Amino acid sequence: MSIWKKLLVTAAFSAAMVVNAAYADNVKIALVVKSLGNGFFDAANKGAEEAAKELGDVDLIYTGPTKATAEAQIEMVNSLIAQKVNAIAISANDADALVPALKKAMERGITVISWDSGVAPEGRQLHLNPSDTNLIGETIIKLAADYLPEGGDVAILSAASTATNQNAWIDAAKKVLPEKFPKINLVATVYGDDDSAKSTDEAKGLLKSYPNLKAIIAPTTVGVVAAAQVVTDEGLIGKVNVTGLALPSEFKKFIDNGASQAVALWNPIDLGYSAIYLAHDLAVKKEEAKPGATLSIGRVGKVTLDDTNSAAMAPPFQFDKSNIEEFSKIY
Amino acid sequence: MTDTPAPRRIPDRLDKPFTSAVFSWEALLAAVAVAIFIANSLASPYFLDPWSLSDLTFNFTEKAIVAFAMALLIIAGEIDLSVAAIIALASTLMGMAAQVGVGTAGLVAIGIAIGLACGAFNGLLVTRLGLPSIVVTIGTMTLYRGIAFIILGDQAYKGYPASFAFFGQGYVWWVVSFELLLFVFAAVAYWALLHRTSFGRRVFAIGNNPVAAQFSGVRVGRIKFILFCLTGLMSGIAAVLITSRLGSTRPSIAQGYELEIITMVVLGGVNILGGAGSILGVVLAALIMGLVTFGLGLLNVPGIVMSIFVGLLLIVVIALPIVWRRMRRERVA
Repeated sequence: MSIWKKLLVTAAFSAAMVVNAAYADNVKIALVVKSLGNGFFDAANKGAEEAAKELGDVDLIYTGPTKATAEAQIEMVNSLIAQKVNAIAISANDADALVPALKKAMERGITVISWDSGVAPEGRQLHLNPSDTNLIGETIIKLAADYLPEGGDVAILSAASTATNQNAWIDAAKKVLPEKFPKINLVATVYGDDDSAKSTDEAKGLLKSYPNLKAIIAPTTVGVVAAAQVVTDEGLIGKVNVTGLALPSEFKKFIDNGASQAVALWNPIDLGYSAIYLAHDLAVKKEEAKPGATLSIGRVGKVTLDDTNSAAMAPPFQFDKSNIEEFSKIY
Repeated sequence: MTDTPAPRRIPDRLDKPFTSAVFSWEALLAAVAVAIFIANSLASPYFLDPWSLSDLTFNFTEKAIVAFAMALLIIAGEIDLSVAAIIALASTLMGMAAQVGVGTAGLVAIGIAIGLACGAFNGLLVTRLGLPSIVVTIGTMTLYRGIAFIILGDQAYKGYPASFAFFGQGYVWWVVSFELLLFVFAAVAYWALLHRTSFGRRVFAIGNNPVAAQFSGVRVGRIKFILFCLTGLMSGIAAVLITSRLGSTRPSIAQGYELEIITMVVLGGVNILGGAGSILGVVLAALIMGLVTFGLGLLNVPGIVMSIFVGLLLIVVIALPIVWRRMRRERVA
């Protein structure tokens, strides 16, 4: 019995020593993620650590539940409130269920922001989106245009025709086409329903119907892999460039074999970095989060809050031969 | 007078009351709880704060309220794996009602009624059709949560009346939350029911030997049916609390709670095969689980380490008395 007690106390003590080392007059900012053991969030934590080091006066707490549930995150938030942290930056498992717990945090003087996966406006002071519709729309065209100095025909392979995100990005892309990319000619938009087989058929159909096609743009991680596989299988590497939004880990082989020059996606490192900067802006510099306010996010630049106090960090981050190796290990 | 020899006493238990109390499961749990409490206060400067301790109780109250009824059910030799799914279904239907403008009292009534109905359905399947409860409730677990998913899909219900927030977020007095008060009330009620009524004696009798109980005039089926209804009822109450605390409903609400509730019951010393257990043990187990998760949370221990710790705790607390008993027996021999 007493042995167990001793063990428990010793265990608790040693754990406390580790934590105590970090106690100082610094501001404590907690980066709360949906669940631990996820490469995307570990990468965000890397960025957060970088920001904490730059800012100098930040003690970073990286935490998240094992199960990606709102209930487990609420328990985390409660323990962060008890620790009297200065700020919480959360990627929420549920936009609504976290609201009462985060409201309580704000009532006790804690700065609360959400990032990546947002919380309803009443449960946070501001929300940081990795990007926004217009930036994504412009990026997917730019990815193709950068490698087509002469211009040419391109086609879009999307997810479902009803997919809200993709439709908004494609509309934004169509809007920037005439002004910024006059030489690019969008010949078709087809829908692969985020299904590998259907996306493959649609990509094959595009190559048949448009023999002069120079690029396929797939703003979906499923479609982009299918299209790159088709281009590889049909021996069209070098003739047709596949691009769009892709997970580096899934897509690395197609950058390596030349089926694609470059793809893009949110950069989790920058996202974690910016979240800590924003939390610091509000908690330490006492900047006010209100519509129209412009806040600094260090090396990433500045963000401006819209009327729901949401901000977009940056255009999607580009992956090509120079960095795909590094990022494919992260997510 | 003084010369009269004392009447011969036939002991009705082997140990003296004091000895058996000291070496009881509950004493062991209490010691573990105190040890964890002390360790927590030493480990974190934030632990011994009335508001921290109050926040801590939210980690276990909802689950413990269901665990009391589950303890009776397991003592009677049955089990209900559908409790978390009942919470999800009751919460979803409360959300539906809130959308059409049902008031706070109506929502509470709906939540409790749905819980009771789900429990009664489980009970009917087990007692009338004679199916094993583990099979029945694995089925209804999927059924109840499935209905919640069909109704809500990937949507959420919000917009509960402001006064509804009291049950999961309100405080009765200073740091004493409504949930904590309800937990204490439920503990006393279930303690009285199990340990101070003939109903409770019958529950133990059924768990030890249902056939013997039947032949002794215990209406086994009926008591089991009542226990399933009680478990459903408590799940309905838990649904009210958790919905009120989250202020919203998604079909994934309370996911995985059934295992945490059963862990609480087993840690509390209830024999998973039925026939033995106490409410005090379940109360202490609830406290221990709350203390461990909150204490480790204060130290920002990652969730996975926390699960390992809870698993170890379960094994240690269950193994310890067995090892202890074996050591005593060896010493006596």
